[in-house]
Amino acid sequence: MKILVAVKRAIDYNVKARPKSDGTGVDLANVKMSMNPFDEIAVEEALRLQEAGKATEIVALSIGPAACQETLRTAMAMGADRGILVQTDGEVQPLAVAKLIKALVDKEQPGMVILGKQAIDDDSNQTGQMLAGLLGWSIGTFAARVEVGEGHVKVAREVDGGIQTIDLKLPAIVTADLRLNEPRYVKLPNIMKAKKKPLDIVSPADLGVDITPRLKLVKVSEPAARAGGVKVADVAELVAKLRSEAKVI
Amino acid sequence: MERESMEFDVVVVGGGPSGLATAIRLRQLAAEHDVEVSVCLIEKGSEIGAHILSGAVIQPTALNELFPDWKERGAPLKTAVTEDRFLFLTEQKSFRLPTPPQMHNHGNYIVSLGNVCRWLGQQAEALGVDIYPGFAAAEVLYHGDGSVKGVATGDMGRTKEGEEGPNFAPGMELHAKQTIFAEGCRGSLTKTLFERFDLREGVDPQVYGIGIKELWEIKPEHHQPGLTLHTAGWPMDMKTYGGSFLYHFEENLVSVGFVVGLNYENPYLSPFEEMQRYKMHPAIRGMFEGGRRLAYGARAISAGGYQSIPKLTFPGGLLVGDCAGFLNVPKIKGSHTAMKSGMTAAEAIFQLLQAEDATGKEAVDYPHRLKTTWLWDELYRVRNIKPSFHWGLLPAMAYSAVDTYLFRGKAPWTLHHTPDHEALKPAAQCAPIEYPKPDGVLTFDRLSSVFLSNTNHEEEQPCHLTLKDSTVPERLNLAIYAGPEQRYCPAGVYEFVDQGGQQKLRINAQNCVHCKTCDIKDPSQNINWVTPEGGGGPNYPNM
Ligand SMILES: Cc1cc2nc3c(=O)[nH]c(=O)nc-3n(C[C@H](O)[C@H](O)[C@H](O)COP(=O)(O)OP(=O)(O)OC[C@H]3O[C@@H](n4cnc5c(N)ncnc54)[C@H](O)[C@@H]3O)c2cc1C
Ligand code: SF4
Repeated sequence: MKILVAVKRAIDYNVKARPKSDGTGVDLANVKMSMNPFDEIAVEEALRLQEAGKATEIVALSIGPAACQETLRTAMAMGADRGILVQTDGEVQPLAVAKLIKALVDKEQPGMVILGKQAIDDDSNQTGQMLAGLLGWSIGTFAARVEVGEGHVKVAREVDGGIQTIDLKLPAIVTADLRLNEPRYVKLPNIMKAKKKPLDIVSPADLGVDITPRLKLVKVSEPAARAGGVKVADVAELVAKLRSEAKVI
Repeated sequence: MERESMEFDVVVVGGGPSGLATAIRLRQLAAEHDVEVSVCLIEKGSEIGAHILSGAVIQPTALNELFPDWKERGAPLKTAVTEDRFLFLTEQKSFRLPTPPQMHNHGNYIVSLGNVCRWLGQQAEALGVDIYPGFAAAEVLYHGDGSVKGVATGDMGRTKEGEEGPNFAPGMELHAKQTIFAEGCRGSLTKTLFERFDLREGVDPQVYGIGIKELWEIKPEHHQPGLTLHTAGWPMDMKTYGGSFLYHFEENLVSVGFVVGLNYENPYLSPFEEMQRYKMHPAIRGMFEGGRRLAYGARAISAGGYQSIPKLTFPGGLLVGDCAGFLNVPKIKGSHTAMKSGMTAAEAIFQLLQAEDATGKEAVDYPHRLKTTWLWDELYRVRNIKPSFHWGLLPAMAYSAVDTYLFRGKAPWTLHHTPDHEALKPAAQCAPIEYPKPDGVLTFDRLSSVFLSNTNHEEEQPCHLTLKDSTVPERLNLAIYAGPEQRYCPAGVYEFVDQGGQQKLRINAQNCVHCKTCDIKDPSQNINWVTPEGGGGPNYPNM
């Protein structure tokens, strides 16, 4: 079985994101970027399935500017066999991403697609679900454990208050949650080897997908600063404030 | 687990201006002579530039030599200096002084040195240098005959106790004919080389400053691109070496920093808080009104200059840049000399590689070549300025004027340095310093500052701030010096906390910004800074 894994280049999780002063977006100038952590978990899971003999080939795909090649090289240094970059400099929203991945699925015919549950930059949590809709495949979101059997896959999902286990018919889609696994460290010699692995570059037009954004970004701003606490003298003042200022009683 | 190894002609440790210039020059020479020289560069930061913190006004002398067409190549040197101001501050007043000649910046550029390094990194990769960020050189490797064989990168995935964790990945040996140490100020491996090869014999001890820096975006009406402003005087007392820099560059950005000589005596002094209160001066604060702070960080500076330059070569390798101490102190500029030393080293190594099997050989030609360059002359001329500050600020300024104008740097004597860690006086002999409380708008506390350095370390790993004797923090540092590490560490790593009625040192190693101050200033040199897992530490943007 071939596995397709989607990896996004996102602002590094250590970097404190900051809106641009004109509110048109997050300031990314010279900011450290890396693979979305949930996608790293997705790659790791695919590799573990390959090491367990359940998968034959791991193909990593990324969508975005030329710099995403770095993200694909990281996936390949972890162990993915090859990479595909859908190169575009424009904004790509979740539906367009899902359509692009669908086009690649049609071409590559994988038995499974693994994605991160969401990207830490825009936290959309939509791509996997939309892709399942477009393909008409089953999907296991928020995966905490994945067991591949003959023609089906068991996915333990993180749900409120516990774990829900579902059984999906293959081909299927899985989106990775935090506790699925702990990704491996990338080793130096593997980074070198990854430089020689095949990386194809295609454009959205090559795949026949229109990626024109459908949503308009209105404004990005800092969360409102929290007002400092105040000390009240007695219960009467507390009640008065709860009523007149906080308006909760 | 066995470590794997890889072979290169040259391995460079550190991706600052010196290491990158070395790697680039080597590949340029190889291409010019149509020979193959394999060059590998490792950098402990998560990417090139992540750990670089500088002013910076750069003098493009070395860059002009390395890439005469740097403009066409899109180097991020965009703001030429248009005006230099020099102020002497008292608590409430400021006096405009003539700008000392070393601080004239005509022809220089205000930049983010981190971004310049990011650009140099791209140039190096295009020339075929193998660059690996996220890997720290943790150990020097030696051949049987004692010559340097290369370095080993640190293990990844060890637990706090040092055991192999579930994701353990052993370090990797990088073997090279020549290993270049370009670790910058107070390099952790360089320190071991000093001892192993007696490189500091017969030279003055290295002395240091700590530079604390913030990046601000200010109101356009306060912004004057190309302006540099330096101050001396308040908030330092007349005995303490220190001053500020403030550079306006593109997109309403201002780099503001404060440097304190690490030979300060009063253990109650806090460089971080000096920086904060400096911003409150009436001549300064207005600039920041309505602005916002974008980034924060700190880094030590080698300030010994000429008389502290160690022996530069040893069998199998050599030192370039600030880990050798090529900073021009009165100018507070070291990036041009860092690059020049790297380029000169590359030329010497290239010659060695062509002539013979260079494995374990000593590139003795490097110091000779260096002595014929402008770098050597430049450092010689300013050698007496920093040590003269031993006498206090005013005598030093008077002396510096005489040394500079009358002798033109060629005075027939050389002043000397004493080690910084010996300078602290017992707390009992010093007055505590009351610092104003931060207001959260112009001035801040340590933790909200470290937050803006984007620093992080994998929590499950051995502490990289190692103590030779674990009783010293309480027994000596706290008892005699009132715990100076709580104040000189700009990242709040060291804290004395109450444990069952006793004050015990707690080390919050995740916060460390790799400035190296503790390794320098600890009074009994009990703290040994070693490399944490690669990729840990600050992620400085635009610093
Ligand atoms: C506050 C401040 C202001 C300054 N202002 C100016 C200025 O205006 N103009 C100017 O020209 N200069 C200025 N300097 C000096 C200038 O920044 C330095 O001289 C210059 O950066 C030195 O370059 P370097 O390559 O020797 O070292 P660094 O720039 O320190 O680079 C060393 C690199 O090596 C990496 N490294 C270290 N050890 C290891 C290891 N064991 N394994 C892997 N990687 C490692 C580090 O992470 C770092 O990236 C200033 C310095 C400071 C601190
Ligand atoms: S622990 Fe040492 S090196 Fe780290 S930030 Fe503090 S003083 Fe600097």
